[in-house]
Amino acid sequence: MLSFFSKPRIQGGVHAEQHKATTAALAIANNFPIPKKLYIPLQQHVGKPAEPVIKVGEKVLKGQLLAYSQGLISAPVHAPSSGIILDVNDYPAPHPSALPIRMIVLETDDKDQWLTTQIADDPFRLNPEEITLRVGAAGIVGLGGATFPTAVKLNMGRENHIDTLIINGAECEPYLSCDDRLMQERAAMIIDGVRLMLHGMSGEHAVVAIEDNKPQAFVAMQTAAAPFPQLKVMQIPTRYPMGWDRQLIRYVTGREVPVGCRSSEIGVTIHNVGTAYAVHKAIRLGQPLLSRVITVAGGAVLRPMNVEVPFGTLISELFDFCEADLGKTARIIMGGPMMGDSLPHSGLPTVKATSGILALTQNELKNSDEQACIRCASCISVCPAGLRPLDMANNIRINQLDAAVDLGLKDCISCGCCSYICPSNIPLVQYFKYASGEVAARQQAQHKSEQTKRLIDARNARMERIAQLQREEEQIRLAAKAERERLKAEQEALA
Amino acid sequence: MMLQLKPSSGAHVGANTSVSHIMWQVMLALMPATVFGLWCFGWPAINLFVITVLSAVFFEAWCLRLAGRIAKPILLDGSAALTGWLVAMTLPPWAPWWIGVVGSGLAIILGKQVYGGLGQNLFNPAMLARVALLISFPIEMTTWANVSPLFFSHSPGLAESWHITFSGLYTIDASTGATTLGYIKTEFSQNRLLTDILKDYSGFLNFIGWSRGSLGETSTLLLGLGGLWLIRQGIIQWQIPVSLLLTVTLLAGFFHSLDSEHYASPWLHLNSGALMCVAFFIATDYVTSPNTPTGQLVFGAGCGLLIFVIRSWGAYPEGAGFAVLLMNSATPLIDYYIHPRIYGRDRKGKPLEIPKA
Amino acid sequence: MYVLSAIVSLTLLGLFLGLLLGIAAKYLKVKSSPIVDELESLLPGSQCGQCGFPGCRPAAEALAEGKASATLCPPGGSALAEQIASLLGLELDLSAVKEPELLVARVSEATCTGCTRCFKVCPTDAIVGAPKQIHVVVADACIGCKKCIEVCPTECLQMHPVEVTLRNWRWNKPVLPVAGNVLC
Repeated sequence: MLSFFSKPRIQGGVHAEQHKATTAALAIANNFPIPKKLYIPLQQHVGKPAEPVIKVGEKVLKGQLLAYSQGLISAPVHAPSSGIILDVNDYPAPHPSALPIRMIVLETDDKDQWLTTQIADDPFRLNPEEITLRVGAAGIVGLGGATFPTAVKLNMGRENHIDTLIINGAECEPYLSCDDRLMQERAAMIIDGVRLMLHGMSGEHAVVAIEDNKPQAFVAMQTAAAPFPQLKVMQIPTRYPMGWDRQLIRYVTGREVPVGCRSSEIGVTIHNVGTAYAVHKAIRLGQPLLSRVITVAGGAVLRPMNVEVPFGTLISELFDFCEADLGKTARIIMGGPMMGDSLPHSGLPTVKATSGILALTQNELKNSDEQACIRCASCISVCPAGLRPLDMANNIRINQLDAAVDLGLKDCISCGCCSYICPSNIPLVQYFKYASGEVAARQQAQHKSEQTKRLIDARNARMERIAQLQREEEQIRLAAKAERERLKAEQEALA
Repeated sequence: MMLQLKPSSGAHVGANTSVSHIMWQVMLALMPATVFGLWCFGWPAINLFVITVLSAVFFEAWCLRLAGRIAKPILLDGSAALTGWLVAMTLPPWAPWWIGVVGSGLAIILGKQVYGGLGQNLFNPAMLARVALLISFPIEMTTWANVSPLFFSHSPGLAESWHITFSGLYTIDASTGATTLGYIKTEFSQNRLLTDILKDYSGFLNFIGWSRGSLGETSTLLLGLGGLWLIRQGIIQWQIPVSLLLTVTLLAGFFHSLDSEHYASPWLHLNSGALMCVAFFIATDYVTSPNTPTGQLVFGAGCGLLIFVIRSWGAYPEGAGFAVLLMNSATPLIDYYIHPRIYGRDRKGKPLEIPKA
Repeated sequence: MYVLSAIVSLTLLGLFLGLLLGIAAKYLKVKSSPIVDELESLLPGSQCGQCGFPGCRPAAEALAEGKASATLCPPGGSALAEQIASLLGLELDLSAVKEPELLVARVSEATCTGCTRCFKVCPTDAIVGAPKQIHVVVADACIGCKKCIEVCPTECLQMHPVEVTLRNWRWNKPVLPVAGNVLC
């Protein structure tokens, strides 16, 4: 009813079953053994892949640069431990398709020997630009899952005047509790990271938003933030997808980010708590981003926990450590169960985006027995983006992709609320992912056909030019011949 | 180590709902009114009810077979049984067996399967059947049995009920009469006034359901309670019932206060005809009602308006069926114009302007 | 008398309306669009012949006459098919059309002699090389017309399906259960 009178601050969303209690109650495990081999993808971020600077056979130290960032939007990759480079080649990516991407294979030597680095005494006396540079050099990307290079975001924040920095501690995905634990155990370091980020983007104040199902994290963060008046810690309602950046921005500031704009254009920017922690480590300790806390959970995992894992660790090793029963596992998911992607097998490495690894049993999965749509419109009421999923899916089913785009296909954030709620078990999100891919493929095909036409025109013009030249040469030759004959005839006539 | 080759997208977990769950919940909500109605009208009503529901299931199975689909899982979702149930609730309780069969056939075949089955129909199947029957068989559809509860001395026994259902009534006049709305309409044509007409009317008996009418018309109390329970369960939303009932109440109140001799009171309107059943069980049908809360408010108000207009000035005493069908046909239009605003866009779909600092 | 007046008035009305239609037809005439030219401009113009017509112009003529399907051009793919269908006002059901597997030529380095015959015939200049040098096909520019295959003296050119990588991997359309209860 209120929606008639005031702008709603939360639209749509679902109350998904939490499944967080077991892992949220355990301390983050620090005793994960360093794997013998690490498979480190060159692209663990949005943007261009990093370019390797090491050779096969080279010995590297922990924290040493392995690949430098290429182009404006990119991030470097560092050695998560010390050892020898075995290979730089294509290996299966942690992606639903498990298609190969370029990775650096590092054989660790168990010494975990650090590269010595310089640390600034008081980072707050550094230029904001210097902070950004160091964050970029540390390979920090958004750890909430978007993996956008943090330095780029800080720069954008400095260029646009940012009045509010929102720190996303919502962690709205079921099962995941890595941010929760991080906030409970390392609140002071996160708060320090937030202050450094504020400094790096010359921002005014920051708001840490934590869902109200994490009271201990809230208290810890509030205590840590108490001495700093520019920081505020607030509780937000528990409702998936509260951690969607734009939903959170609307809830915290009342502002809505226009389609096609970045949040910095309306004076807000948002970072994850894990990112803030990584910034703290990079600036205060000079440590690049080498590991992260990952929630390993699901019905098939006997010892579910949060564990700090170096990037490049194979999921199978995580499963061994947490005693996952692969016999009971019906689906392996990277990320949360709402937005995460299923993985075909566990021989894939963890990356910067990996917030969780779930081994779910058949009972935990949504029934995949698709039935007819009864137009119950639950999907419309839960859509946080204000879309009409059922109409979009119906159009996609009959290949009317343009109609689906007109209905707002491109505004879909794949949050999974519609698939979650659908009583007919229609895989709505997959319809939208398929359609988005198909639309992109068609655009590419059209672009290619335009380029083809350009190439053909260019070739035809060249052929014409060559033919023209040949004709001209022929004429000159003929004229010369005629001239010679005329001269010859004249000479003969004279003789 | 290969677990699953086919990539599957989120959400990997889901809410604990299903189509059949929804259908069974609706049936559960209909149960009190149905049981009370069946008790009130005795064995003939039970016969008709069973015949109607079974034939609905039969027609559904037959259509699915014709379409070359496996019938069993679809029958188990309960939608055909629910449609049959709702059709049965709109019939005169002592109607002959073939009314039930034809009604179910109309609802399932013409109302649902010709469109492509569940979720595809434009009109509410039960209301379509009811209106088609009313137009085709006006006598059978307006012969309303007196309340004659099971096991009462003057009520028909089991054997007699078979005769009523399969061969027709012995003595029509002795055991039947008109519904309140029908009676008022007839008496208006005799130029009588409301106070005169309603001398014997008891609002309370109508409210609990001790009156002539179809199962879905009599007990305002039990239908209303079932509907409220459905809202509480989250199966239906409050918008359609509230706006429908409110519109009828306001209109009736307004005209009643202008001319209480020719316009019935809101209380009478709420307690008579199929208003409660329509408000909670028919108009709220997912398939044929708008998708958005605002659209549903408009839809409900439209139904209420049409019901009041047909009851007050139309040729038929009750207009719920016609009203719902008319508004069903307006549903695509409502959905086209009323839809949620996309995040970051204005109502017309253009990106929002960046606010000036 | 009544009959007569009715006949007369209706005839007059008919004549008047007919005249109106005639005038309208004359003054509001829509110039017939040179549909063949428009179609030809949509087609790639590589004269590759994969459609079965001797070139893009004959293909466009066949399309305009309705003798060819909107999906005739493999290099154009479904994007082009949609454009053609919308130009011709055709209902196009792409679900019935199986997307042809796109093929591109690839040079086998072991047998290439650097004869330059292939890159002379390539309509899109997708083959680069020099005499006595191993040639290379630029996969992004190859339209799969197979003209190079025909002229290669050593059979070192072969057609290969376009490689699926993370860049062009796409989600599949959800499959409907066979004979299930899902409606289209």
